[in-house]
Amino acid sequence: MAGAAAALSRPVGRRGREDVSLSRRARNLAWWSLAGVALALLVVPVVWVLYGVFQQAVPNWHWSIFTEVTTGVGGGLANALAGTGVLLLGVGVLVSVIGIGCGLYLAEFAPTGALTTLLRSASEILSGVPSIVIGYVGYVALVVGLHWGFSLLAALIVLTVLVIPYVSKATEIAIGQVPVAYREGAEALGMARSRALRTVVLRSAIPGIATGIIVALAISVGETAPLLYTAGFSNSFPTAQLVHSAVPYLTYATWTFYDDPSAAVKALAFDSMVLLVVLVLALILASRLVVWMSQKHSPARATGGGVRRAGRGRAGR
Amino acid sequence: MSSDEPGDRARDDAARDLPRRDDPALARTGRAAKDGVPDAAKAARRSRVARLSERALLGGSAVTAAVPLAALVAMLVVLVIQALPAIRYNGWHFLVGSGWNPGSTYSQPVHTGGILHLAGASYGAWPLILGTLEASAIAVLVGFPIAVGAAVFIVEKLPRALSGVVGLFLEILAGIPSVVFGLWGVLTFGPWLARDIYPALTHLPNVPVLDIFRGSTGYGEGLLTAGIVLAAMIIPLIAATTRDLLRQVPEATKEGAEALGLTSAEVFRTVQFRWVRTGVLGAAILGLGRALGETIAVALVTGSVLQSATNIYGTTTTIAATIVSQLDSAQTDPTGLYVRVLAEAALVLMAITLLVNIAARRIVRRSARGVALPVGVGF
Repeated sequence: MAGAAAALSRPVGRRGREDVSLSRRARNLAWWSLAGVALALLVVPVVWVLYGVFQQAVPNWHWSIFTEVTTGVGGGLANALAGTGVLLLGVGVLVSVIGIGCGLYLAEFAPTGALTTLLRSASEILSGVPSIVIGYVGYVALVVGLHWGFSLLAALIVLTVLVIPYVSKATEIAIGQVPVAYREGAEALGMARSRALRTVVLRSAIPGIATGIIVALAISVGETAPLLYTAGFSNSFPTAQLVHSAVPYLTYATWTFYDDPSAAVKALAFDSMVLLVVLVLALILASRLVVWMSQKHSPARATGGGVRRAGRGRAGR
Repeated sequence: MSSDEPGDRARDDAARDLPRRDDPALARTGRAAKDGVPDAAKAARRSRVARLSERALLGGSAVTAAVPLAALVAMLVVLVIQALPAIRYNGWHFLVGSGWNPGSTYSQPVHTGGILHLAGASYGAWPLILGTLEASAIAVLVGFPIAVGAAVFIVEKLPRALSGVVGLFLEILAGIPSVVFGLWGVLTFGPWLARDIYPALTHLPNVPVLDIFRGSTGYGEGLLTAGIVLAAMIIPLIAATTRDLLRQVPEATKEGAEALGLTSAEVFRTVQFRWVRTGVLGAAILGLGRALGETIAVALVTGSVLQSATNIYGTTTTIAATIVSQLDSAQTDPTGLYVRVLAEAALVLMAITLLVNIAARRIVRRSARGVALPVGVGF
């Protein structure tokens, strides 16, 4: 009787600590320690890389890189910065049109069938094609084949093809997450479907789409391989010409100048690295801001927004 | 409920917004009567315009939706046409042979089998293919446990606020340009490994598997360094996917296991991991695909030497790194064969990455019913 009473008085639910054997507790501790170490190993390289970038750049830093163009013996990065800006603008426009259109079609219009599966898989496969392969094809087909030379147009096409899948995917997911009630409301008001798409569906999907475009821009900032043989590089500012005029850009400076014998040129590599990292960080913060603002203004969709978190939405469609 | 109210407000917003802009009923009762146009005609025109505008939207978006497929097909066509002479010239030797010699530019080009080439030109890409596979394999072997361990820790042990900060770290890690990773690898990380870590590895017991760490450790540029740098680059993809999948595991199954008296590590092994393993495997293979195609960082860190690594620390190169580092000098080949050989290399690389990516997506699709993996999104 006394034993049963003792058993009953023990807390129900979780077993007491003393019931778990020492070896199981040790294994539990070991497992979580390993997981903690893994997390540390993930955080350390981020800090280390960022620290290294700034630590190498600080002694070489001079503000004139913003005003001077690159010369053979040093100079600045004003031309590369302008070129990267032009590329970003161009990619931003092109990928907004094509990527959003692509995602809109796949989410809204595409009939279920083999063709749609093909289109969707093509987009997914494209996101797995190595960027150097896209760059090589751009070089062979556009720069040499069409006699464009190193040019803005070739660089833009190559970069856009590279990032379309990201924007398309983000758009498709964001549209899939628009609450059905919104569409029903538009329909109940007698709204034409095209107008409902523009004013209700696409508008509510804007945060997700914007995040996708920002991701695409961040990738464009950091790419080197596809640009080396399509954009070329020049020591002057980018021109308004679409073809026959090379475009300078930041990653080229990092990739080419880092082992230059001249200290002044070498410094440009480290300075451009800082600019690259700052640009990417700014874009990441921008995407966070977009997500944060969309959550603030439309708490109904608080779980959506971010590209990664948006992954859940597809099944709901 | 505070969670319901915002939703209603959003819906109200939509509702308030709509009639102002486009409400056929409003237009009919208000304006149509004034200008005397019959209601029916007006409504018909309206619906015709609406139909046309929907057609335009459909047509326009359908054209853009064809762009990825068209780009993919165009790329394959260009690569195959470009590579055909090289494929005919190299034969199977390209896939299995070693030795990479563009031939002598000083002697007269010669014809072999109808293809003009430099005397002595011979291309065996096996060292490149091997280097690609080895570096990527190391990347996954190193990166996968770290990514999964970190993801488990983030989901189970970190408070919500801190896990947001770590999420930011993941995004930064994914966003750091590969040329920055490459320079870090070649200037800071590689030399540190060669000085402080690799010598210790050579003293591991001389038993099978561990004996691959024996031999000369070099100066930090090489296979193992490249693999580790690649690991850092694919960790964000695997970790973010694993984290998101783990968060979707139903609480009740975990609680059930806990009620049976399992420790949290045992709960992970027996319950959570079974829910997510296929998705995690798919993410690992996607990471492998990314590692296979990574170019700039690898070109900087492997040493870009056109040969197989002599040991795990040895310098080597990969297909992608070879294309980017050789395309300049390939243009000095007056017969043009070298540029075409690089097209053949690009085809091989594309074939490998396509196989890997398709495999990953198959696995993911089969597993993920209702659990969508954010496929191909690097952030």
